Amino acid sequence: MLESLSEKFRKILKDVRGLGAISEANVQEALKEVRLALLEADVNFTVVKDFIAIVKEKAMGKEVLESLSPGQQFTKIVHDELTALLGGENSGLELSGKPAVIMLVGLQGSGKTTTTAKLAYHLKSKGRNPYIVPADLFRLAAVLQLKKLASEIKVDCFDSEGMNNPPEICREAVRIAALKGYDILLVDTAGRLHIDGTLMEELKTLKEILKPSEILFVADSMTGQDAVNTARGFNEAIGVTGVVLTKFDGDARGGAALSMRLTTGRPIKFIGTGEKLDCLEVFHPSRLAGRILDMGDVLTLIEKAQTTFDEKQSKELQQKLKKDTFTLEDFKNQLQQIKKLGSIESILSMVPGFSALKQARDLKVDEKDLSRIEAIINSMTMKERVDPSILNASRRQRISKGSGTKVQEVNKLINQYSDMRKMIKKLRSSGGKGIKGLFQNRM
Amino acid sequence: MFKRLKAGFESLKAGLARTHNAILGGVESAVTGASREEFLEKLEESLITSDVGIKASTEIVDSLRTKLVGWGNGEKFREYLRDAIYDILKEVEKPLEVDKSPFVIMVLGVNGVGKTTTIGKLASRYSAEGRSVMLAAGDTFRAAAIEQLEGWGKRAGCPVVRQEQGGDPGAVVFDAMKAARARGADVVILDTAGRLHTKVNLIEELKKVNRVASRELPGAPHEKLLVLDASTGQNAINQARIFNEAVGVTGIALTKLDGTARGGIIIPIARELKIPIRFVGVGEGIDDLREFNARDFVEALV
Repeated sequence: MLESLSEKFRKILKDVRGLGAISEANVQEALKEVRLALLEADVNFTVVKDFIAIVKEKAMGKEVLESLSPGQQFTKIVHDELTALLGGENSGLELSGKPAVIMLVGLQGSGKTTTTAKLAYHLKSKGRNPYIVPADLFRLAAVLQLKKLASEIKVDCFDSEGMNNPPEICREAVRIAALKGYDILLVDTAGRLHIDGTLMEELKTLKEILKPSEILFVADSMTGQDAVNTARGFNEAIGVTGVVLTKFDGDARGGAALSMRLTTGRPIKFIGTGEKLDCLEVFHPSRLAGRILDMGDVLTLIEKAQTTFDEKQSKELQQKLKKDTFTLEDFKNQLQQIKKLGSIESILSMVPGFSALKQARDLKVDEKDLSRIEAIINSMTMKERVDPSILNASRRQRISKGSGTKVQEVNKLINQYSDMRKMIKKLRSSGGKGIKGLFQNRM
Repeated sequence: MFKRLKAGFESLKAGLARTHNAILGGVESAVTGASREEFLEKLEESLITSDVGIKASTEIVDSLRTKLVGWGNGEKFREYLRDAIYDILKEVEKPLEVDKSPFVIMVLGVNGVGKTTTIGKLASRYSAEGRSVMLAAGDTFRAAAIEQLEGWGKRAGCPVVRQEQGGDPGAVVFDAMKAARARGADVVILDTAGRLHTKVNLIEELKKVNRVASRELPGAPHEKLLVLDASTGQNAINQARIFNEAVGVTGIALTKLDGTARGGIIIPIARELKIPIRFVGVGEGIDDLREFNARDFVEALV
């Protein structure tokens, strides 16, 4: 995610950071590179122009020249301005009205239908009672797609069987929602071009019927220079209240994200980060700016871990670590929890400096490694998992056959496990200083 | 015959009208009154905002700089611009020739670019030419993708080989290859699930589908058609590159060219990848998926 942009920024900022003082020529040179990086990332041309002007003005100001490390100060300015560009603080959903109505609009193929289901899942997990309304009658099987997704996440879906116009569907859905006590209506609409007069009129009609508290513009994060025109077009026609950026897990360089907020004046509220229905993240501008500059996004990582990890299990684990009773079975449970967090790559991308490390070592993270480790442990008996010291050659051979791996892989895992045990022991024996000492050794 | 061709060109022109205006709108006023460098700077900006990309834009502008010597011939810039773009695009003008039976077309691309719709349009095109067409529902991942393809099959009057959602796409392809031989289909079009090019495991799955096809029918898939959404920015180049490395893309269909100031992306794609551009989509109608013609395209563009 955003790798190429953050990689470029890293190079640029590295050059600047080392400087004892910033001269106009330094800034000029760095800004030229920043401009190129942004344009190649599909940030809108006009947006780039303005951004460069602002950063230049601030970087040349007194503030920087007097600070101790001008290079760091420059980085801070770029970070702050990126954050400002992305919309400052996070803004949540406006859910007023009974039921509150959220309308999803956008171009064809931007991901409205999937986002509708993801949003329903998100709201449901927050304890709300959402109702999905499929109003895309144009694309073949769009209604069926949403029905299937709705049943997957166990959210009710309006049955539009026999109806052939979206306004009728919306009217009926509002009526039923009031009767059955749903508190949020999520309305999926057909994809359309913002210059299609007839279809934009239809959206206005739907807006009148639904009186939505949120009209979310769903946009593909890989969109090019035209993203701002489309966003502006939709905003001018029906008044967008927020943006959802989809397909953020690709290698899109985030240009659309940087431009859209500025040109519509509307905040980005969510980003779609995967094909699964729980892959929707609340958008935090400053954290994304951090990711772009390869400063990491530890906050999101911690939040993810908090919602995913089972607290009871974590406590038990701590106890086990203290008492040195950490078995391979526990190890497996840990792996499964980590897997729940998302792909290893996506987790690591939130770690500061990871993108640089990845670049330097040509690091490839193989998800299959984890599955193989799991398979190996699964092929062990409970007794073996608790006490790996009984694993003799014939047992190891059996395990390798059972898990479809090589004996060497089984050996490797067992060695790694015993190394880990040793490390834990070391930690325990050296008390509080242990952790620090351990890392010092490694660094 | 000529009338139809003419009508086709008009729809291409209408579809590209916005891109046309985006490139020329800001520039034409600069021809008079501005210096050559001011003009070229304006032109570069216009090209970049039309998704032509920095490298290709700079290259085009540089080639114009050498031609517009003395600036006395500023009014000729359009001719030069057309030449510069045509030089890039003519390299990739190679229409798809369906020269075998069965001829297998595997359609691939990221999510939401219009793969299934493109398949629907292709099915109608080949059916209308009197060929027997068969579709294979290889997108077993997305909810209702199979039903969507079946809808298109019904419109074009051709059978659809399918399994249940969540099934193995390799198995669908296996069935399709068998069925195509048994029933003597002329054209088989394989749908695949949309996948981001960055997902290693999904790209591996695509390779497998490709292998199954060629194992069951030597030489298949004869065409590996990558569908790209024209509103995608410079990322389209990455998509093409990675899909190409994975399965060897043999042709590109560029969809959603109509409507907005897009379309410039076709230039860096042609310039950097040199993969034949088979089709361009300029509207929602079945006839709006057109064979790519470099000359027509350039005429409509600038």
